Amino acid sequence: MLAFLAKRTGAGLSVLLVVPSLTFLLMYGNAANAARQILGENATPEQIAAKSAALGVDRPLFVQFIDYVGQLSVGDLGRSWFTAEPVGSLLTSRATVTLTVVIGSILVSTLLAFALGVTAALRRGAVDIALQVLAIVGFAVPGFWLALLLVSGLALQLRLFPATGFVPFTASPGQWLASITLPVVALMVGAVAGVAQQVRGAVIDVLEQDYVRTLRARGLPSWRVVAHVLRNASAPALTVVALTFIGTLSGAVFVERIFALPGLGLAATNAAVNGDVPVIMGVVLVMTAIVVLVNLVVDLAIGLLNPKVRLS
Amino acid sequence: MPESLLEVRDLVVEYPSKGLRSKPFRALHGVSIDVRPGETVGLVGESGSGKTTLGRAILGLAPVTEGSIRFEDREIGHASRRDRRGLARDLQVIFQDPYTSLNPSMTVGDILTEPLWVTGVRRQAAQTQVRELLDKVRLPKDAVDRYAREFSGGQRQRVAIARALALRPKLVVCDEPVSALDLSTQATVLDLLIELQESLGVAYLFVSHDLGVVRYISHRVAVMYQGRLVEEGDGDVVTSSPEHPYTRRLLLAAPVPDPSRQAANRADRHRLLAQQAEL
Amino acid sequence: MSQIVSIPALPAAPARRGVIGKVLHDPLGIISLVVLLLILLATVLAPVLAPQDPGRSSLDDIFAPISAAHPLGGDSAGRDLLSRLLYGAQVSLLGASIALLTSLVIGLPAGLIAGYYGRTFDSVSSWAANLLQALPAIIVLLALRTVFGPSIWTSMVIFGVMLAPGAYRLVRATASGVRNELYIDAALVSGLSDTRIIARHMLRVVRGPLIMHSAMVLAICINIQAGLEFLGFGDPQTASWGSMLNEGFLNIFQAPQMLSWPGLALFLTSAALALFAGSLRDALQAGTAKPARRRRVAAPPAGTAPDAPPSGPPAGNGESPPDALLSIRGLRVAYGGGSVEVVHGVSLDVARGEVVGLVGESGSGKTQVALSVLGLLPTGGEVTSGAIALAGEPLLGRPASFLRTVRGRRIGYIPQEPMSNLDPSFRVGNQLSEVVRVHLGLSRAAARDRVLDLLARVGIPDPARTYRAFPHEISGGMAQRVLIAGAVSCDPELLIADEPTTALDVTVQADILDLLRDLQQEKGLGVLFVTHNFGVVADVCDRVLVMRQGEIVEDRPAQEIFDTPRHDYTRLLLGSMLDGRPARLARAAATGDGRA
Repeated sequence: MLAFLAKRTGAGLSVLLVVPSLTFLLMYGNAANAARQILGENATPEQIAAKSAALGVDRPLFVQFIDYVGQLSVGDLGRSWFTAEPVGSLLTSRATVTLTVVIGSILVSTLLAFALGVTAALRRGAVDIALQVLAIVGFAVPGFWLALLLVSGLALQLRLFPATGFVPFTASPGQWLASITLPVVALMVGAVAGVAQQVRGAVIDVLEQDYVRTLRARGLPSWRVVAHVLRNASAPALTVVALTFIGTLSGAVFVERIFALPGLGLAATNAAVNGDVPVIMGVVLVMTAIVVLVNLVVDLAIGLLNPKVRLS
Repeated sequence: MPESLLEVRDLVVEYPSKGLRSKPFRALHGVSIDVRPGETVGLVGESGSGKTTLGRAILGLAPVTEGSIRFEDREIGHASRRDRRGLARDLQVIFQDPYTSLNPSMTVGDILTEPLWVTGVRRQAAQTQVRELLDKVRLPKDAVDRYAREFSGGQRQRVAIARALALRPKLVVCDEPVSALDLSTQATVLDLLIELQESLGVAYLFVSHDLGVVRYISHRVAVMYQGRLVEEGDGDVVTSSPEHPYTRRLLLAAPVPDPSRQAANRADRHRLLAQQAEL
Repeated sequence: MSQIVSIPALPAAPARRGVIGKVLHDPLGIISLVVLLLILLATVLAPVLAPQDPGRSSLDDIFAPISAAHPLGGDSAGRDLLSRLLYGAQVSLLGASIALLTSLVIGLPAGLIAGYYGRTFDSVSSWAANLLQALPAIIVLLALRTVFGPSIWTSMVIFGVMLAPGAYRLVRATASGVRNELYIDAALVSGLSDTRIIARHMLRVVRGPLIMHSAMVLAICINIQAGLEFLGFGDPQTASWGSMLNEGFLNIFQAPQMLSWPGLALFLTSAALALFAGSLRDALQAGTAKPARRRRVAAPPAGTAPDAPPSGPPAGNGESPPDALLSIRGLRVAYGGGSVEVVHGVSLDVARGEVVGLVGESGSGKTQVALSVLGLLPTGGEVTSGAIALAGEPLLGRPASFLRTVRGRRIGYIPQEPMSNLDPSFRVGNQLSEVVRVHLGLSRAAARDRVLDLLARVGIPDPARTYRAFPHEISGGMAQRVLIAGAVSCDPELLIADEPTTALDVTVQADILDLLRDLQQEKGLGVLFVTHNFGVVADVCDRVLVMRQGEIVEDRPAQEIFDTPRHDYTRLLLGSMLDGRPARLARAAATGDGRA
């Protein structure tokens, strides 16, 4: 188990090293572009050069890189090129918003998806057909379109929920819940459909295994048999949850724009339009760290549930 | 006594193990065996004995670590893919599982033409040859356009036999060719193999775990145990009065289809096990 | 001896229908294809179909209502929505296709090479795939937008690269699966070059799943493409579904209906693609479904009706003997809602302490009989008529709660394949003690002691270690002993053994048969022993029943059936046995035929 964990941690660290480094080299390697974008189309070459010097992007790339890593090691993510706000503090509050919405939607959708998928696999019949339809619909509905419909219908027409904004939990738990309900629902639909479908498939695969028949032949009560089935089906299902998590982070970018939630995604969208490279770099770093951490937790869960995985 | 067709000397096969520091896994510990033209050499052993590995090494499907494999006085232990293409005329294979040894998405015609066009036979000539082959293994001519999955196990194995014999090879490695078949099909496929051997003069290296099957088809029999060859000799001698303790255990372990004879057999086995345990 | 070699009759050619044919015969398949075709046509014919130029704006038509001139109304700049929708499809489909193609161009060759050769390329490319999948795609696209500018086409190429791992993984998994198939070995022996093996054998297998995958990916790309335009990638003036949605969003207070048309177009296209993929998947699965390998549940082909009535009334269809432990009368088993009958009225009895062998070839229905007793026929199978009784108590039609008190407690079951019949995620000991606790109500500690005793009884050298082991840590022979321990753990009266030694080596088989015989005698068990091996029958059985095509053709004491088989089929089977026959050399000597 330790060897398995060490291997997974190693893989995670390699991602954490390589992905931000590559992003840095690509973005800062082309930062003259950024200066032009900041100053607008009418800027003179002199102005651009001056701006580049001010931003420090006229230095050799590797010097900038070493510099960045050095700052990073003391927890400094640099400052925004526009507001001069420290990227670190800017992203901390935003990460809370994004994680609230994303984790909320992953938890609810995973619970729902497992319930749906397991029921469909065990009972088949109507539940199963309903799940197939949901899977197609959930897959085909663009998440951001669904979010737009929710805003337009439930928030603007029926006024059941606030259309925009985020209220911190500490300010008002009730309003907090109201402010994240629609974003969570918008993110959830696709995730439920996808994960439930995979859970259903994994459970059916396990149900067809010889050992399940042997367990039944020993006269175990059905809930005990289901416990065996679930444990064996959990590994493939959790793998899908991890992938869905990454997808949901993508979805959060749209949802934050539509509901005007001050999260990482909105920060990235605005920064991308403005060419605010340090902010995007910070978002990439934070997101990579989150993904690596989540993958590690899922790997740990799979390893605990499934002894064979630990060996390979 | 005719000269050897195949000559294996002190063959060692090692598979690299997964761990970095652990030693490679040695599947064969120096095996020597000969096959002469037109004869069947049976290779018996249980799982893990290395019998299948020996067959695969001869076919170039397992790594040769040490020792030599000579085919018609040519060293083929480390033959390249190009050399193999030339060898394919003379050296062929029939596998155990007729369900995975034929590509399910190819027609029988495609499967049988494949070895032919590798050696440059023209389309027209190949079609004639395929029809002759099907006839030889007693499959109907309309089998050409049908997919392997439409056939029963025994029929698939006939297709595999036809594929092996397409190029008129001198030696066919048969890896448990009847183990996956039903009892009544087993005998007919074995008889077909014998008949084809007698008409074509092909030699078989016949790998099997079943002493009865090996005894039925083999002129000579070699017994393998834990990567070594422990006994070798005339087929009827090795399969009825073996010398090596392992072969004797193996022989007595196989149940005979007669309750009273099997009871005696069982008693013999227990006596032998007790004896061997004392030693 | 050629007379023995009869030409086997081929089964009637089944209606052969390619994968395409199957999709065309599936209502969902045909509907999705028609919808996709219509969308494609509308896209290509946009210049003909559109009422006006998508960029032409007119102040009169700002937020125009639905009318003959503007079938879908007008937008905030007074442009015709239908025209923009039709032209927008071009941008959407083209962008999505660019991403799909990029992902295939990278994923297909990389997957084939990694799957076929493995080794370093495999590790490196799999690592790279992990890397690409670690980040949310949109974030990467936003980051790279600062590098490459807001071009939608560049972004779709980058998105294609991000999607390549999906295609790569699919192709790699399929290819490495195929790599281990024996037909690839056969092709290698025939001297086929690697490129030819990949082109001839692997591509054929990869093709279907990849098309399916591509349909799903195309749907994702269409949605993402629209999403990027919605976020402000690309030229907002160009008509596209995404920019139309953005327009709708900006005017969500005045004209929320503008959101519906492009959204519906996206949904319809994606749904049609997903349905098509689903239909294709079903067709592919139907095509490659391998027939049951080795004497598993294989139903004989339909139409193998009994050609003759069962000769010799075996195990009289009449009254069962009063002392019978297991009694089966007129058992019929069918699949597919009763349409394919695989067991045609079987009757048999097993007395207390008696070992009854049920012998037959694959498809004879012997396993079906055994599983019927346990009430565990595979999905789709059902007992259509007949009666099964255990010690006079009927088993058929009883509630699940009653069957649970019989299974494991009064009937023990030993399966064929040792490794696949232990749950890989649970320790061996826990799997057994769970049963003991459920049936005998023992405490955790008492159950553990009982299981340890059992493991020692079935000849496991170090019971405590095996108790703690996971199934993959013990050998096949040991696993079969564990399963036997599980079957007898609650002192049942009857054992159902389904080919319990078929998967084992001969020497291990002999040991296991010794163990079974000892246990049977020690506990006075009745045993229904299913096997195809007459040697095994001769070793353990008191009575033998020969099954063929769902019927019992002969039922007699073991010694008699070997000495004087009555039914032709029994004689044929015994005649096919190789054991009694002279060795090849002896036969050759007898006919004066030397070595070839």
